[in-house]
Amino acid sequence: MEELKIALKVNDLDNVATIFANDVTDGTVVEMRDKKGNREQITVKGDVPYGHKIAVADIHIGEQITKYGEEIGIATKEIVKGEYVHVHNLDSMRGRGDWETEKEAETV
Amino acid sequence: MTTWYGYRRPDGSVGSRNYVGIIPAVTCANDVANAICREVQGTVTFLHHQGCCQLPPDLDRVTETLISLGKSPNLGAVLIVSLGCEGTDHARMYEELKATGKPVEIIHIQELGGVSKAVREGTDIARRLVMQISGQLREPADISEVIMSIKCGGSDTTSGMASNCVIGYVADKLVDLGATVIFGETTEFIGGEHLLARRAVNEDVAKDIYRIVDEMETRAKSIGCDMRRGQPTPGNIAGGLSSIEEKSLGAIVKSGTRPIQGVLDYPEHVTTQKGLWIKDTPGREPEILTGMAATGAQFMCFSTGRGAPQGFPCMPVIKICGNPNTFENMKDDMDLNAGLILTGDKTIEEVGEEAFAKLLRVLNGEMTKNEAIQYFTSLDIFCLGPVI
Repeated sequence: MEELKIALKVNDLDNVATIFANDVTDGTVVEMRDKKGNREQITVKGDVPYGHKIAVADIHIGEQITKYGEEIGIATKEIVKGEYVHVHNLDSMRGRGDWETEKEAETV
Repeated sequence: MTTWYGYRRPDGSVGSRNYVGIIPAVTCANDVANAICREVQGTVTFLHHQGCCQLPPDLDRVTETLISLGKSPNLGAVLIVSLGCEGTDHARMYEELKATGKPVEIIHIQELGGVSKAVREGTDIARRLVMQISGQLREPADISEVIMSIKCGGSDTTSGMASNCVIGYVADKLVDLGATVIFGETTEFIGGEHLLARRAVNEDVAKDIYRIVDEMETRAKSIGCDMRRGQPTPGNIAGGLSSIEEKSLGAIVKSGTRPIQGVLDYPEHVTTQKGLWIKDTPGREPEILTGMAATGAQFMCFSTGRGAPQGFPCMPVIKICGNPNTFENMKDDMDLNAGLILTGDKTIEEVGEEAFAKLLRVLNGEMTKNEAIQYFTSLDIFCLGPVI
């Protein structure tokens, strides 16, 4: 039997799940689990390292990406279910950045 | 009703342990306190590094933290070890602890004629105190009388998804049962403070959350460091964290989802507060564990991924490990394996219920692995100003 590849979704509101398996590549089928243990098979799009995320629903550009039931960023591209989600298609929503950004914000 | 069995104190609090606390009023009294502790079974001591040559606000902070520590319901009696010329207010410590109704004694090393005489006198007193309290019986207590502290340390990719989620589950459950839950690590809030503020019960509490984050960042800036710059770090990004919010939430998730009732200062002791509270602490173990024991927490749930083994002398620490490999590798130090969530063998709720059952047993007296091996002497009090 092939080793179980888990994608964990910790909050019902989340539209991403985190992969806890090695060798997850484009086309790998992973099993998404929620906190109650409900499961769903999802086909991964892209090569996803251990501890990285996939979308568990289609996410449109500009939409909120949710993990832990809270927003962790905005989709900067169209994201389809199963697709690798990381800094290439997710942008932080935090206005408050480092000192330089803050200074710029203050002068506006 | 969920019942546990603890030691009822004169001030109404209930302890999960029944130690005599040997409290050095200043770091210069550590060796005497330690010698007494080694001689007398049933005692614990707190070898900190503060209490003299500090600015007045820090000296008050140390005095107040030691008073709060002495009030811990896990201490049935207290012996204060004073040098005599320290900057902390040892007379205030004695008076305030005496007012709680628990037996309190104090010795002064200089007045007694030096170290060996103080050790002798202190050992006699500590022995008497242990004899006095050691026969106390555990009595039924309600779960609402529980104060749980929480923390994560030695984190890795698994912490935010397994062990912290388990503690979040337990935190929600305890809050719903009317208990008190305290979390801290203000440094971890950076980037997620707006999400915490949203959970505040009112505007004042929300402002307090922003305030403690701002104060902490301002202190870092005063020595030229920007704590936000470059977050998440390249290492975090390689590990899968995509934004500062995600990084912060991974730590915050251990507080559960319930409303935040307020912010406690570092030295504060919980009296009537119920529900979920923040204590303004750093993340480093020696300081946060002291701060959490000073709240009066009867135990701590501690999440780890890489395997952080630290504990605290009077506060049992339950280690919940998110990494299944670390758990196997450090079985003698880790109490619960939340890594089974990531292997698909268990759910967050299942491990959450196991953690809840474990904490009830620990409240009733079952030792944590950390207690059994007595890995808890490294501690300190979190101060803000320079040492003179």
